Amino acid sequence: MAIEVRIPTILRTHTGGNKTVEGSGATLGALVDNLDSQHPGLKNRLVTEEGKLHRFVNVYVNDEDVRFTGALDTEVKDGDSVTILPAVAGG
Amino acid sequence: MLRIDRATYDAIVAHAREDHPDEACGVVAGPEGSDRPERFIPMLNAARSPTFYEFDSGDLLRLYREMDDRGEEPVVIYHSHTATEAYPSRTDISYASEPHAHYVLVSTRHHERQTGVAGDDVEFRSFRIVDGAVSEEEVEVVESYLFGHSPTTVVYD
Repeated sequence: MAIEVRIPTILRTHTGGNKTVEGSGATLGALVDNLDSQHPGLKNRLVTEEGKLHRFVNVYVNDEDVRFTGALDTEVKDGDSVTILPAVAGG
Repeated sequence: MLRIDRATYDAIVAHAREDHPDEACGVVAGPEGSDRPERFIPMLNAARSPTFYEFDSGDLLRLYREMDDRGEEPVVIYHSHTATEAYPSRTDISYASEPHAHYVLVSTRHHERQTGVAGDDVEFRSFRIVDGAVSEEEVEVVESYLFGHSPTTVVYD
């Protein structure tokens, strides 16, 4: 078992066009590192230089927005489902 | 070019008028790869602001899941500007992340119902925003998308 991650259109250039990929890790941050080792460049699109999630992306663990569950420190486990979506916003 | 049917065009403009002076926002979904905006989905502006819009994060997840289940994608992503022209702002460009979508901007700065300005006018313009580059495109309003496009018009010999 692994953690299934749904990738939005704009990031599929990093995953060879795949809509879903699999990864592992105990926290969302570790999962992102693991994904980046398989799909180089992905982390840069999700995490800022200061090590925080970009304002432009929403990440959900089992339908729960991680902004409310500890962001990159959110615990994840095998069988969880992670969804990444770009925010739809503007001025 | 954006081809959009009259009813959807009118619904977007009506939504923008209704939410003035706050920005209105939403999506018109269509079958993946079809470039046909068919299903009008007005969204709540979670920012409730005259200068910013954002889909609520829970709404966003439900919207994308629903589109995914139906084999749809966001063909049009629209929002209104309520005091400035219907052109993507710097913020709009920095957030734009659907390279295949038509970004529709509606300006209600001169609309009549709330402002009382004579010569009611709502601007409606469409753009592509790809890698930070904005290009405006033509908007063609068709009376009905079904007419002339539906498979029922195909004649088999």
